[in-house]
Amino acid sequence: MSAHKRPISPLYVMLAFGYAFLYAPIVLLVFYSFNESRLVTVWAGFSTKWYGELFRNEQILNAAWLSLRIAVVNATFATILGTLAGFVIARYKRFPTRTAFLGLMSAPLVMPEVVMGLSLLLLFVALETAIGWPAGRGAVTVTIAHITFCLAFVAVIVQAKLASFDRSLEEAAMDLGARPWKVFCVITLPLIAPALAAGWLLSFTLSFDDLIVTSFTSGPGASTLPMVIYSSVRLGVSPQINALATIMISVVALFVAVSGWLLYRQDKAKRA
Amino acid sequence: MSQPRAKLPPLASLTPYLWLLLFFAAPLGIVLKISVASPVMGQPPYTPLYEAGQWLINWDNYRLLFDDGLYIAALLNSLKIAAISTFVTLLIGYPMAYAIARAKESHRSILMMLVILPFWTSFLIRVYAWMSILSTTGLLNNFLLWLGVIDQPLEILYTTFAIHLGIVYSYLPFMVLPLVATLSRMDLTLLEAAADLGAKPWQGFLRVTLPLSLPGILAGCLLVFIPATGEFVIPDLLGGPEALMIGKVMWTEFFSNRDWPVASALTVALLILLVGPMIALQSLRKREAAADAKAATP
Repeated sequence: MSAHKRPISPLYVMLAFGYAFLYAPIVLLVFYSFNESRLVTVWAGFSTKWYGELFRNEQILNAAWLSLRIAVVNATFATILGTLAGFVIARYKRFPTRTAFLGLMSAPLVMPEVVMGLSLLLLFVALETAIGWPAGRGAVTVTIAHITFCLAFVAVIVQAKLASFDRSLEEAAMDLGARPWKVFCVITLPLIAPALAAGWLLSFTLSFDDLIVTSFTSGPGASTLPMVIYSSVRLGVSPQINALATIMISVVALFVAVSGWLLYRQDKAKRA
Repeated sequence: MSQPRAKLPPLASLTPYLWLLLFFAAPLGIVLKISVASPVMGQPPYTPLYEAGQWLINWDNYRLLFDDGLYIAALLNSLKIAAISTFVTLLIGYPMAYAIARAKESHRSILMMLVILPFWTSFLIRVYAWMSILSTTGLLNNFLLWLGVIDQPLEILYTTFAIHLGIVYSYLPFMVLPLVATLSRMDLTLLEAAADLGAKPWQGFLRVTLPLSLPGILAGCLLVFIPATGEFVIPDLLGGPEALMIGKVMWTEFFSNRDWPVASALTVALLILLVGPMIALQSLRKREAAADAKAATP
């Protein structure tokens, strides 16, 4: 019989298996990015040469820079629009066409990406023939497309935050004579700031990572990082992409570790 | 100051509304329009809907969907692959969610974070990671050869099995999260009551826990099933050339064959297939939000 009071239940074995399944491929990818050999599966010694090649690869660097710019602009606009939308959903329980508004805000969350990509491209082409704008497709059309699906995610996050929100502070400010717009800026906005930050980050990630909608709405000369990764990966496994993946994973891991540590400290300070 | 009247939203909030009308609703209308156009050479590569005082409606694209076995097969195959993958995801995700929901309060948030974390890393990269594991010279084959289970490499990459694996792997977090939400909200005294009344643990699970977690199961399954049906990256990178999934056929029709009207008709067909699950998911979300709000107010 086991010496433990409680034997390890099969449930925890399943849990461990689940996490192993989620993380093993990522760990392997990182591991093999330091492989000397071009063949991903043969270990030929430690090397950082693929990182060197990656940093000399203009195409990838340009694409990363473009993706970064699109992601920042997208996240900012999506956060502004999504916050307005989340605010309306949480605070205005009856106004004409509210049902349509709710439908519009939630449909992008579940719409298959191929559908959104194709339909946006058709819109851009139709607009171009009708009014001459947008002239061709590129970073602008990609950004518009990204804002369209990201703003709905921000709206959900902001609305959830507002639903669990103590309104007495707002009421106090109103009683003291603050105008609604001022109440929103001085009281509401700072209180929901964590939701805005989460929405911004989520929008950034969704945009930086998007392949399908981007491929439909982008044009010649505007290849984003996922598009370059995709066209290289289609031809098979590439050590440079392993190195790139490792960098991307490290940035996310670092970010999560830092924000986790900050939250932990904040939590501790609150309790003290 | 008097209580503010039941008021209209401020004018500024019209912007997201208009944005989505223009960039989300209108495009779907255009898809519908082009799905009944005829392909032509030129820019744009389709005929107008209304010209010289008459409507030009061409049903041939839809007729083609039914007459050409390829499209029907792709639609059905997508549904089948999505359904099987969703079921396997549930089988793996449920025990995980159960263990997380019953873990110590202090451990729960870190366990949850570990489930969400892969979601923040690139989807494309995670699918790509499987390519080097599954290929004939990949790790899995080398491992099996080393074990002596097989004496020559198996074709795993570029098969339907690899597509299933890719979907289960990529969408597992979507299954686990809603399940944890419903399972951790459950009133555990119900299980004690069942045990007091003589129910064995497995009976308690089958007759109390499982029925109570049904909303979570349904939400998780829909969150996996809907995107999996329209999936493009996974069948394209992990599936073989014969891997017929609707997302991939649409992509090919659009980018390779340049037949925009047929691609549009396919999009409409996919939407019709998925509109039921999408509405179900929405109403489920609304009910869950109401339950959360009720639980939050004492």
